[in-house]
Amino acid sequence: MGKVLGTSIKRREDPALITGRGKYTDDLKLPNMAQAAIVRSPYAHAKIRSIDTAAAAAAPGVVAVYTAEDVQKSGIPGMVPVGWLLPDLKVTNHPILASDTVRYVGDAVAVVVAEDRYSARDAIDLVAVDYEPLDAVCDPKAAHGHAAVVHAEAPDNVAFDWEIGDRAKTDAAFEAAAHLVRLDLRNNRLIPHAIEPRAALADYDPANGELTLYLTTQNPHVHRLLMTLASIGMPEHKVRVIAPEVGGGFGSKIMHYPDEAIVSFCSMQVGRPVKWAATRTESNATDAHGRDHVTHAELALDGDGRITGLRVDTYANLGAYLSTFGPAVPTYMYATLLSGQYAIPAIHAHVRGMYSHTTPVDAYRGAGRPEATFVVERLVHLAGDQLGLDPAEIRRRNFVPPDAFPFETQVALTYDSGNYAPALERALELVGYDDLRAEQTKRREAGGKQLGIGFSCFIEACGLAPSKIVGQLGAQAGQWESADVRVQPTGSVTVYTGSSPHGQGHETTFAQIVADMLDLPVEQVDVVHGDTEKVQFGMGSYGSRSAAVGGSAIVKSVEKVIEKGKRIAAHLLEASAEDVELAGGRFSVKGTDRGVGWGDVAIQAYLAHNYPDDLEPGLQAVSFYDPANFTYPFGAHVCVVEVDPDTGAVELRDYVAVDDVGNVINPMIVEGQVHGGLAQGIGQALWEQAVYDESGQLLSGSLMDYALPKIHRMTQFHTDRTTTPCPHNPLGVKGVGEAGAIASPPAVVNAVMDALSPWGIQHLDMPLTSEKVWSAIQSPRRASA
Amino acid sequence: MYPAPFEYVRASSVAEALSLLGSSEDAKLIAGGHSLIPLMKLRLAQPAKIVDIGRIGELRGVTVGGGAVRIGALTTHAVIAASAELREHCPLIAEAAHEIGDAQVRNRGTIGGNVAHADPGSDYPPVLRALGATIHLQGPGGSRAVAAADFFVDLLTTDLGADEIITAIELPAQSAGAGSAYLKFEHPASGYAVVGAAAIVDLDGDGKVTGGGLAWGGVTAIPLAGDEVIAALVGGDASDETIQTAVERVTAEDPLGDVFASGSYRLHLAKVYGRRALAAARDRAKS
Repeated sequence: MGKVLGTSIKRREDPALITGRGKYTDDLKLPNMAQAAIVRSPYAHAKIRSIDTAAAAAAPGVVAVYTAEDVQKSGIPGMVPVGWLLPDLKVTNHPILASDTVRYVGDAVAVVVAEDRYSARDAIDLVAVDYEPLDAVCDPKAAHGHAAVVHAEAPDNVAFDWEIGDRAKTDAAFEAAAHLVRLDLRNNRLIPHAIEPRAALADYDPANGELTLYLTTQNPHVHRLLMTLASIGMPEHKVRVIAPEVGGGFGSKIMHYPDEAIVSFCSMQVGRPVKWAATRTESNATDAHGRDHVTHAELALDGDGRITGLRVDTYANLGAYLSTFGPAVPTYMYATLLSGQYAIPAIHAHVRGMYSHTTPVDAYRGAGRPEATFVVERLVHLAGDQLGLDPAEIRRRNFVPPDAFPFETQVALTYDSGNYAPALERALELVGYDDLRAEQTKRREAGGKQLGIGFSCFIEACGLAPSKIVGQLGAQAGQWESADVRVQPTGSVTVYTGSSPHGQGHETTFAQIVADMLDLPVEQVDVVHGDTEKVQFGMGSYGSRSAAVGGSAIVKSVEKVIEKGKRIAAHLLEASAEDVELAGGRFSVKGTDRGVGWGDVAIQAYLAHNYPDDLEPGLQAVSFYDPANFTYPFGAHVCVVEVDPDTGAVELRDYVAVDDVGNVINPMIVEGQVHGGLAQGIGQALWEQAVYDESGQLLSGSLMDYALPKIHRMTQFHTDRTTTPCPHNPLGVKGVGEAGAIASPPAVVNAVMDALSPWGIQHLDMPLTSEKVWSAIQSPRRASA
Repeated sequence: MYPAPFEYVRASSVAEALSLLGSSEDAKLIAGGHSLIPLMKLRLAQPAKIVDIGRIGELRGVTVGGGAVRIGALTTHAVIAASAELREHCPLIAEAAHEIGDAQVRNRGTIGGNVAHADPGSDYPPVLRALGATIHLQGPGGSRAVAAADFFVDLLTTDLGADEIITAIELPAQSAGAGSAYLKFEHPASGYAVVGAAAIVDLDGDGKVTGGGLAWGGVTAIPLAGDEVIAALVGGDASDETIQTAVERVTAEDPLGDVFASGSYRLHLAKVYGRRALAAARDRAKS
């Protein structure tokens, strides 16, 4: 049988999904189910003087109305926890329903439970909340010491003040530098926009005290744990969390939100199943947002264009409350990546995590790594400009050389492997670099639309690990993954994975891993996920970890199954287990034609009739795999744009992405992930922005104002790969889910800045809207950094 | 997104629609629903009664004759975009129809509903203004015809009475020797026009401008007319230079602005897109 690992078999998930047979949380209907709608604050900051629920409670079809007072009376803890602690982190209360103060537009204030969704929606307009509006602050830098205080526990609005790297060494590098490059930038706030808005269906059974929660989640076990510990407070074994089909997440379905606790509370109160599904507007106001940094960065270089130091100072917006992994994203997921692909001898980063009257900020595709890549790749672009070095050449001069791995950076990571130059050279070849530069020169002479070429040589760290280290850094969770591989008596295999997919295709790729190792038809392997009652504790899918960590856990289990299978086969063949090998679907004695089929061994494991005395029956293995290190995918991306100076409009002309994600399980799925990530990163660079006004109203809260990337604004992506396998996991895989979103924003911005260089424009903040570009062309000096 | 409660009734003729419309203080007509339903879902509109006119056959279709084209109010954008008759006799409206929304919107949305809603970023209103269209209305007291220049009154506000229904849009057929173009700078989020420039240029046998029309959507609350630009072009050769000079005349008080594009930028875009649309119309007139 041919190898299935590394082949582009079609996703087995798709026939159901594309024919509308996928069952998402909001598709589920339970007998006697009620519907909830949540009353949300229209103010970014206000005192709640009083709440009158009488009119809503009396409205047709309304079952119950609850406020914070009811939550307190019920005795449940009612708090949303934070899952990552930093030294001196100002942890503040985040009640599931606000009791006396609201802190962002969308903060939950009350909930209506009704017989149907329309009645629930009608009744929330009847809940009379008397607010005393207060001043708000939305910008992370302006929040520092602002009179509008988000939490009394953090009077200057600083949730944490954190640094990494060697300040003295970095200062010395800057003193000795031949060249200095400075950059002030804003990394724009983004709204995740999973195609399926968040939803929860809670079914509390008063007869046995058990709660079943169907939830749009990337990590059902983690949700269950956090709810047990902080919000609902029920015993963990009495709670079952099920992730039905989950329609995308991009990180936004990692977090524990008040909403699933609110509907669980409602179900416990009314003794009926209660469903809540966010509208798109509601999702946009309450899903954890991404990015939102204000950064000052400086690069020091010697006379040859070699980087000698990097200094970064960032204000990171955390929003109104600490979201589940909010504190980790702008610290350990961000500043640790600031060495990029470069051998930088001195780095220091200072990050302040800021409270503001905005939606909480947390992981969004890339989570900290896009922000880091943007800082590094913009600085390197500017350095090339300043020193008169080609952007490819300045990167070549600074790459970590291939013989330097494992490479210890100045910001706490050890890159296990890498080979950066070949990816860049391949990208240059694919894009036709020399011809483009020649065309650019011609166009500059001719006027009209200008050509720009931008680079991004990026690195990411996937599969946050190992648990012991991340625990020391503040994680309140382990970072391993689990797998249970069960061989049925007839030889087919069911895999129970702790990775919980939301569109990635685990059912296909994980089956490929198992089928390949056991040399079985891939149809003989099924993958089960997303249910705390079916699957052993698992950590979930996020941070591009599923293949590297979840896949490796499966390998470990399959190895155990094979070892046991060999012992059973050895018994049947009257041979020594060391002499037995598995190949072609048979266990054989090496060097002989004696063998026994896979199915015969599987059935004997359960019959145990003709069986070794010292072996337990059954053929099943559970593994909990804790990686030795992160994985380090990397790549070189080149973006080509045309800029119309008359309008400022930016048009993509070409995009080349050469990624190195290690070994590949399914090339089609890898390419799809790259494409999707690119579209999202290009969206950040050109169109997307969550905009708040002075009073804290979200001005771009609907798709009428928030511009997602659309297919007709894309260009043909040209993708290729180099392969540097991860040396420390059994598959040699590294992760690909976030690569495109991490790499592409600086590639696009560098391309536009390259096109604008005749006007002396050095930097513009994302998104590069046509008006911003056009205005800069009108007054080039004012727009420079 | 759940609308407030409302009553739904369906009309099978214009007379019945008018009668149903008059039967309630707070009734709204619905055709394709692509303007009204989003407003209802956001609860910005909460009509007590919806009168569905979507199946009234007499309001559908395109007819050509007497130097004019007449488009029934219920004709969908998709039909207008694909109409061979319109492509021949009034290509500007077909070109604009193709720019509206996406395939689903074009399949459901109607020209009457679009014009009645009068969104400032909509693609038809500047075309109607540039062409000097006539909007035909019917009410309980009979029918009347309103020129596009008078029909659009203010933001989302038209001359259409609460008890009236749009029955047809009448447009002058494009004369021989004329060319037209609709050029749009699309809003990256909504797909509406940040600026949409509709231009017609009439040339005589010597290539001199004898007339035309110009109007912009997206810039102001109602279509911004470029009558003085056309006046400046008449008698000239419509060279790139004369077009550029003429378009510089355009000005607008209180241009619209949003997170994506300010008023002053929209006014700048109006000049760029006006110039490009006029040049394209001229080139088409010559070809």
